[in-house]
Order: sequence, then structure tokens, then C-alpha cells
Amino acid sequence: MKTYLISLMSADGPPPDDLDVSQVMGDLELVNADIRAAGGWVFAGGLADTASATTLRPGRGREAVLTDGPFVEVKEHLGGISVVKSNDYDQVIGWARRIHAATGLPIEVRPFMGDGDPGMPATE
Amino acid sequence: MSRAPEPDVTSTAIAAVFREEHGRAVSVLIRALGDIELAEDAVQEAFAVAVERWPTDGLPPSPAGWLITTARNRAIDRLRREGSRTQRHTDALLLYAQHDEAPPREEGPVRDDRLRLIFTCCHPALGRPAQVALTLRLLGGLTTAEIARAFLVPEATMAQRVVRAKNKIRDTGIPYRVPHDSDLPERLAAVLAVIYLVFTEGHRATSGDTLVRTDLCAEAIRLARVLAELMPDEPEVTGLLALLLLTDARRATRTDTSGQLVLLADQPRERWDLRLIAEGHALVRESLRRNAPGPYQIQAAINAVHADALTFAETDWRQVVALYDQLLAIAPTDVVRLNRAVAVAEVEGPAVGLSLVDALQLRDAAAWHVARADLLRRLGATSESVAAYDAAIGLTASGPERHFLLARRNALPRVD
Repeated sequence: MKTYLISLMSADGPPPDDLDVSQVMGDLELVNADIRAAGGWVFAGGLADTASATTLRPGRGREAVLTDGPFVEVKEHLGGISVVKSNDYDQVIGWARRIHAATGLPIEVRPFMGDGDPGMPATE
Repeated sequence: MSRAPEPDVTSTAIAAVFREEHGRAVSVLIRALGDIELAEDAVQEAFAVAVERWPTDGLPPSPAGWLITTARNRAIDRLRREGSRTQRHTDALLLYAQHDEAPPREEGPVRDDRLRLIFTCCHPALGRPAQVALTLRLLGGLTTAEIARAFLVPEATMAQRVVRAKNKIRDTGIPYRVPHDSDLPERLAAVLAVIYLVFTEGHRATSGDTLVRTDLCAEAIRLARVLAELMPDEPEVTGLLALLLLTDARRATRTDTSGQLVLLADQPRERWDLRLIAEGHALVRESLRRNAPGPYQIQAAINAVHADALTFAETDWRQVVALYDQLLAIAPTDVVRLNRAVAVAEVEGPAVGLSLVDALQLRDAAAWHVARADLLRRLGATSESVAAYDAAIGLTASGPERHFLLARRNALPRVD
């Protein structure tokens, strides 16, 4: 069993006027229900606006320096994540395809290191 | 040391067997070990043993079975030596070994895992260059150096490409299996595209090492044959094999003795490979009988029409146009429209052809200017033809093609 991070990349600024947010959330919930039913559910959530981010950068020694704002200022940022587990990569890609279809957003799928549950101490 | 009188297996023969059986052996070992790197190493070790033994012992009855058994035994030894860190692999291997019903000493024709391997190598999560490199490496048994040479990239670049692809397969857990039916059309299209790309790369008249590039054509045909053997019910697989054979049948006549390109119209047809044409024809008929036409089958059928004509003038151009119409229905691209327009010019004359060509938005493609140049020449519009050749030459990087276009342009009557 591997665990994967599915990242949803959002554009900066308010959502387009013609976007039916409740439709998107409804479609996403359908995908999430299937992920749960398949035993793949770990966690998912949307992130608040990048303006609310605080970044800690290396300062002197290990003393962090806080800055107001996201790590990088770009036109597209991490808008939400879904963490899923599966022993079938094609199944994960299938979920990601559906998340893309529901949101129209660029999606990144990336495995966590190693096998098993990344939240637990290594067993090997 | 006594030398057996009969065997006499040369190292060339062993290398040929190894190349032939590499895909089969690696694909079985990957399933047994669950790891591409381990499988490759094990097969490499088995090859080293073969080089040592076969010259005196002779070829085993089933070289593939021998290589697989030897590789598996080596892998088991190695995993046992390396201990519990790889317990998982050892367990998998021993479990597999128990369930395997093949005789213990030497396996006969084993279940064919090459299909799994080719779908894994061509998984859409890998980029096309990585798919091509992995397929040639794992199924074709080409070395990284050979692949690098064939694609004119530095060996280090190719090595890195192969390693990154293998790591991605491992880290993401790309499954080692033939895709489910619902995914098959899309996944098969990627496999066919990879094989076709290997062929066209070998077939392209660029200035690379000719010999190596001919190898790429041969390798693509070999891969297409394996795929056709493993998926006999997929008409597009049959279509691709037919397309490659019918194209390859003309290879000897595509360039003249000085390496210059020769147009289809001017190729000495008596030197086309009749054996390949006959096989290609049979495959085209077989695939079309299934009544599920796809782009490879139709392109093969177009090539079959050309192969049928004893002379260029005898070509059944109406049939070619009809086939391009079919192809357009499936693949409505401007490149297909351009090829269709050229065929239409043979039926309805260059003026009609030119009007179709001019309607296409392909000003960045050399082929568009070449088609215009030729049609304009036939219409007697010499200065416009010269301009079109110049535009085509400006867009052509390959040496032989440039030479060819320059010669065509210079053969036009002088404009005063």
C-alpha cells in the first residue's frame, strides 16, 4: 500500500464568475465518496487564500525569520490537497482524473516516500 | 580441459540469443522479483554464465528458459546473501518459485510477461522519451550506449533518462500488468506510438549513423511482431506491423547510391522487397476484415495501394484518396489533409490539389511548402515554385532532405 498526495493547483484571485462552486463541491464529494468506499481515504481539504500564508526562512543559525506571504509568489498555487492510499497507481490516477474533471484545475499526483502509512513510524 | 566437438557456439551467436531473449527473461524476472533493477542485474549475470558455458556445453534446448532459470537462481542466492533488508523480495521470489509449475531445471516456454512489461514501459505517467528509452532497453535489450547513439544524445543523458524512469516506476508504484479493458484503447495507443516513433526515427533521413538507424527500424519491426503475437485480436496492432513492413519494403530504394533521397515516383520498384510487401498485404487484409479501422490500419492500406502499383502512373489514386478520407474521419489533422490534397492532385490535377493545399494553415511545416512547390512546378508557375522550395529548404534541418530540395529547385527551368 502506498500513500499519495494529490495537489490541486488554483489560480490566484477570486474564482471565475461562471463557476458553479456548489456544483464543483458536489462533484468532488462524489469522488471522495468513491475513494472512501475503496478504502483509499486519508484526508482532504481546501486551503485558505495564499494571502493568509506565513513563510519561515532560515535566518541566523536555526533561528527562523518570518515573512508575511506564501513561499513563492506565482500565478498558480496549492489550493487544496487530497491524501489517498492505494496499492494500485492506476486507481489513484483515475481518482485524480475525476478530481480534475470536477474542478478543471491542474492536478499533481506524487507518492510519499516508501511503502505503508507515512504517518506511522517505519516498520522495516 | 576437454572441448566437446559438437557445440561451437560463437560469442556473436550468444549475443544474438541474448538480444532476442532479453525482453522475455527480464519480464519474467520483474514479475518474480518485483523490481526492475534486480531483474536486469540477474539477467545480466545469467548472460555472463552463458558466455562462459555455452561455447563448450552448446546452446541449451530452450535458451530463454535456461537464462530465466539461471537468473532466478542467481537472484535467490544474492537475496539470501544480502539478508533481511530485502526479505520482502526473497519472500516474493520463493513464493513465486513454489507456485511455478515449470520443471525445476529448465523452463519451457513460460507465461509471457512481455506484454506487462511493454505496458509498464509505456505508462502515460512517463514522458514519451522515457517510454521509448525504457522499451528499447528492457524489451529490446539495447544498451544505454546504443540507444543514446541511435537518438543522437549523449550517453550520460540517456543513462539518466533510463534511471529516472525506473525510479519513477518504483516510487509511484506503476503497476506491472496489462491494463483493464476500459483503459486499454488509450494505453495501447501509447505503446503503438512508441513503436512507431522508434521506426520513424530509424527511417528518417537525418545525418546520423546509418547503420544504427537501420537497427532502429529492425528493432521497431521486432517489437511490433512481438506485440502482434501477444495481441492477435487487436487490429491496430496488426495494422502497425503491416505499416512498418510495407514502409520498410521500400527502404533500399529511398536513397540512391550517393545517399540522395529518391521520391516515391522515381523509386526503382523492382527493388522493393516483395516478401515484406506480401506479408504486409496479408496483414492489411486480415486487420481490415475485423472492420474496426484505425489510423495505423488505414495508413498501412494506403501503403499497400502504392505497393500494388507496378509503376507510379498505375497507382490507384482514387483508392488512395478514399483511404485518406477515411483517415480524416478518424484523425482530422492538417497533415492528413495535406497528404490527401497531394493524392487529389493525381486524380483531379495540380490546380485542384493546390487550392486544397493553400487552404491549410501549415506555413511552419516544410512538407506544406514542398507540396506547393511541386504543384506550382507542374502548373508552370516557376518563380512561385522556386520561392516555395526556398521556404521549404529554410525549414529543413536534415542534410539529405536539404540536398534533395536544392536539387529539385535547381532543376526548374530558369526564370528570366
